[in-house]
Amino acid sequence: MTGPGSATDPADVTRPGGLAGGTAAEVDLALPAEEGGGRGREVVRRLRRSPSAVLGLVLVGLFVLVGVFAPLLAPYSPTFVDLTDIRPGDFPGPSREHLLGVDNLGRDVFSRILYGARYSLVIGVVSVLIGASAGTVLGLLAGAFGGWVDGVVMRLVDIMLAVPSLLAAIGIAALLGRSLTSVMIAIGVVNVPIFARLLRGAMLSQRESDYALAATSLGVKRWRVTLQHVFPNSLAPVIVQGTLALATAIIDAAGLAFLGLGAQDPRIPEWGRMLADAQLYLASEPLLALWPGLAIMISVLGFYLFGEALREALDPKLRR
Amino acid sequence: MDELGTADRQERFVSTAPAPGEAVAGEVRGDALLRVRDLRVVFRSRGRRDVHAVDGVSYDLAPGSTTGIVGESGSGKSVSSLAALGLLPKRGVEVSGTVEYDGRDLLALPDRDLRDLRGREIAMVFQDPMSSLNPVLTVGRQITEVLERHEGLKGEAGRARAVELLESVGIPDARRRLRAYPHQLSGGMRQRVMIAIALACRPRLLIADEPTTALDVTISAQILALLSELVKGSGTALVLITHDLGVVAGMCDTVHVMYSGRIVESAPRRELFARPRHPYTNGLLASVPRLDQERGQPLRPIPGSPSDVLPWAQGCAFAPRCTRQVPASLGAPPALLPLDSGDHLVRCCNPFPADGEPR
Repeated sequence: MTGPGSATDPADVTRPGGLAGGTAAEVDLALPAEEGGGRGREVVRRLRRSPSAVLGLVLVGLFVLVGVFAPLLAPYSPTFVDLTDIRPGDFPGPSREHLLGVDNLGRDVFSRILYGARYSLVIGVVSVLIGASAGTVLGLLAGAFGGWVDGVVMRLVDIMLAVPSLLAAIGIAALLGRSLTSVMIAIGVVNVPIFARLLRGAMLSQRESDYALAATSLGVKRWRVTLQHVFPNSLAPVIVQGTLALATAIIDAAGLAFLGLGAQDPRIPEWGRMLADAQLYLASEPLLALWPGLAIMISVLGFYLFGEALREALDPKLRR
Repeated sequence: MDELGTADRQERFVSTAPAPGEAVAGEVRGDALLRVRDLRVVFRSRGRRDVHAVDGVSYDLAPGSTTGIVGESGSGKSVSSLAALGLLPKRGVEVSGTVEYDGRDLLALPDRDLRDLRGREIAMVFQDPMSSLNPVLTVGRQITEVLERHEGLKGEAGRARAVELLESVGIPDARRRLRAYPHQLSGGMRQRVMIAIALACRPRLLIADEPTTALDVTISAQILALLSELVKGSGTALVLITHDLGVVAGMCDTVHVMYSGRIVESAPRRELFARPRHPYTNGLLASVPRLDQERGQPLRPIPGSPSDVLPWAQGCAFAPRCTRQVPASLGAPPALLPLDSGDHLVRCCNPFPADGEPR
């Protein structure tokens, strides 16, 4: 380029090379290597590359399958009592008839674990759905309206968060009476502030995004910018939290049952309750506590691994 | 709830004249599309000093004209256009002055009217096409949204118009592209989409805020060529905000150079590049690397960086970095005044002489 003042028509020579050409306008039109369909497919592709995501998904899949098909997989009914070998203080351990042995009442532990998955699954899914939907509504209100609505909702959420979650769940379960339903409601309520806060935060940051500004600059109405642009882009952390919350819900449900706040019917094969029952025989039959403990651990681990991998796959900042 | 409430706006200090003793950059006698007068934007935050991002800017735009606003980061060039369209956050920001469009002051306009104007009469193209498109919506949806909003085009009518628009910005296979998501397009393609969206309702004014900064040089040239072709064809006035003098040199009728929130020099394009009178403009031009320069010559940057706290309170804001500083530079802040030819304005106590060697 020639400097100004030294050429006859400085304005023209200062232009960067190539600017003049209208013909060059077709150069960048080649598509980048087609990456497959929408965003969803890309997320799936990234999940498949992560070993912990695959392991997590396998564990979660196993857990769900067992929960759904428990009646087909279990060798016995969870309430079937086999007293053939049982003597006071000595329950038969693992054998060919009873893979994981029998409990103090002579029930097949393996079958009860399989059926227990079904209860954990239902409690987890229902309570997370309760928490996520209520939390999403609150978060959407706060994030969309801002101002005093945001203030009121968030103070409420702060109060809820200030109470330790298990303590709150115990309180609610005690208040509603001891039943599976109240366990689900209790765990759901405990999850509400987490989801509300998460969605509101994501919406606040997405509201400052370039595309929200661009949409606003094109005259798109505010409610529409919020609902169509900001809200869907804020959902990724909520989805991740949903997966992680399933893990916590399973632990919380077991905790509540362990404390005797879960289902009262002793026939229900709930993992937490099995743990509590096994506690009495911990000295003589430690294996009895190990099995439900392992079941809880594996399912929780699965949801955590999968949730974490999902977080990474959905994070646009980690996108190469 | 109301981001850009009108209450705050009515309290502002209204002036329909430029700052006292100043000339209007690019003044249009007769019908102007836009008249900006003494536009000021102050960012206030607790515990910190106010930042005067835009500090008394006045300029005119003629219909169909192309104007460049040049300046380094923080000179207030983007903020002034965002302020004019009411796109700055309400909290902590004070806007004063007038922005007269079609006889109406945009700054005093109720939100509802302003929203009707945005996208239909005045549109913007932003710097980063990677982030200015919504990643979860298809390209087609983002175009038809605007058509639906302003033109009432729905369904197939909207899609047909969207295809037309994509074709007009040089996107091949446009009908198929409607279903593409932004991440499936390259940066240049995305900026083309942004331009298509901005021009969807045939606005009378297009503000392009560094439209090519995020793109590489060849794509950038294509985008600029496209922009200039489209605005010429449609009679849309273009305000091109950039820090790249090369961009301005190629396509603008008039150029305003901004420094620390004020216009420091304004002239028709050829005049400005041939005879830069302000030391800052001169420094900007001198800092552009040149191919005909002897090898091994160091680049010539302007030393220092602008101060953002009340820069014009103690004389000329550029004085600390200026090679032509005189005692008067530190006295009263200089006014933007016409030089020998009426349309060349300079805000300087010691401008370069008209015929002297500028360097």
